[in-house]
Amino acid sequence: MSTHKDQTKAVSDQDTEGPAAPIIFFFIIGFAASLVIGWGIFPKLLYSQKHQPIDFNHAVHVEEVDDGCESCHYFREDGSFSGIPDLESCMECHEDVIGASEEEEKFVEEYVVPEREVPWLVYSRQPDCVYFSHAPHVISGKMECAECHGHIGESDHARVYEENRITGYSRDIWGKNMIGIAKNPWERMKMDDCSKCHIRENVNQGSVQTQKGGCFVCHK
Amino acid sequence: MKEAQGHNKTKKFGMVIDLDKCTGCGACMVACMAENNVSFREDESDKQLSTAWMRVYKMTNGKPFPDADVCYIPRPCMHCEGHGGHSPCVSVCPATATDYDNNTGIVSQIYTRCFGCRYCMVACPYHARVFNWWDPVWPADMEKMLNPDVSVRMRGVVEKCSFCYHRYQRAMEKAHYEERHEIEEDEYQTSCTQACPAGAITFGDLNNPDHTVNQLVKPDNRHGGRPKNPHAFRLLERLGTNPKVYYLSSREWVIRAGDNYVKNENH
Repeated sequence: MSTHKDQTKAVSDQDTEGPAAPIIFFFIIGFAASLVIGWGIFPKLLYSQKHQPIDFNHAVHVEEVDDGCESCHYFREDGSFSGIPDLESCMECHEDVIGASEEEEKFVEEYVVPEREVPWLVYSRQPDCVYFSHAPHVISGKMECAECHGHIGESDHARVYEENRITGYSRDIWGKNMIGIAKNPWERMKMDDCSKCHIRENVNQGSVQTQKGGCFVCHK
Repeated sequence: MKEAQGHNKTKKFGMVIDLDKCTGCGACMVACMAENNVSFREDESDKQLSTAWMRVYKMTNGKPFPDADVCYIPRPCMHCEGHGGHSPCVSVCPATATDYDNNTGIVSQIYTRCFGCRYCMVACPYHARVFNWWDPVWPADMEKMLNPDVSVRMRGVVEKCSFCYHRYQRAMEKAHYEERHEIEEDEYQTSCTQACPAGAITFGDLNNPDHTVNQLVKPDNRHGGRPKNPHAFRLLERLGTNPKVYYLSSREWVIRAGDNYVKNENH
């Protein structure tokens, strides 16, 4: 019996002395690898990179038009918002090539001449169950475009559209930041981001279940 | 966002259905299905499995000729208020998928939130809720006919009448655009109301004395919304569900059929 005990003691002594450093070393490697996979490789795999059909230059257009954003993104008479302009609006100026840019030439050739609508990728497309209206925010709420959309009007290029391969939604909805921090409204637009502002501004906080915003305010 | 909430008085949207005018034609059901993207199956012969937000029931007084009489009862969701929003379905929902909104009095149903436990269907005394046993399948090209203002439902969730809430959203959108804070009575009407050829259905704000629904039934808000009009009644009034759908009839047996009365008991 005694010899057996001694043997086990000897073995355990050996364990604690020698291989401590390699264990920490492997832990750090594993930890680093999981971080790289989780924050670097997985998001790359999860989101496919798509480019807009035409590399649209907002800055050039804002300089040319008189009415700022509303020149192209306007309200219709029934209060609905036009969103991305259709081909007809573009053709008011671009019936022929009027500039020197290659992208414009491509636009006229591929879309204006055959009168085909441009399949723009919408960064802000929300799921089917979400209801959003610009009128209460922009007209009643007196919000500026840039408050939610950022300084998109100053951009020279259309940025890459990242599409979630599983859900098919744009990465702008979930947010760029993997930890879930969004400093500006245009970095993320999930349900919590809507309700955060609605609670602050006391918008229709009439829910019986949650004592917060009613569901049908932003859902349909 | 600075929204002037002070202008908004609490609304209580409700419906009045005149059963003496209803012919049971079913136009309200058809209009509702088209408006709200209600799904259907290839074989719709078993009506117990079919989905309908608005359903027309037929009842008779059970008497032989010449006293035989028939009455049709269109039944949407009653949007029960109960006491302080404690409607039967809302109080049992474990997912907060259904909710009572104090600002409009409408019971909402969020399909993406619902996980299909069907407690609400058990709790609802009016059978107003339907479970989706199958994913909706639309025949070729019919998807293009769907209403973009109403989200479609998937298999495994419960759905019900929303009083065409998307029409309220549209009306409010226009009001915001025109810098108004209130909408007119005719700006927000449900699909069934507008489809009824007999004009039996009236819709509006029960709290607003200018609206027809208020004038028709004269709801007494201090007594759980009980109608002051003696010809007006609500289904299963004595359960205390405080529904917002009122029925009108001049026929005594119809009014009695609206609740479970014992023999010789006055309503």
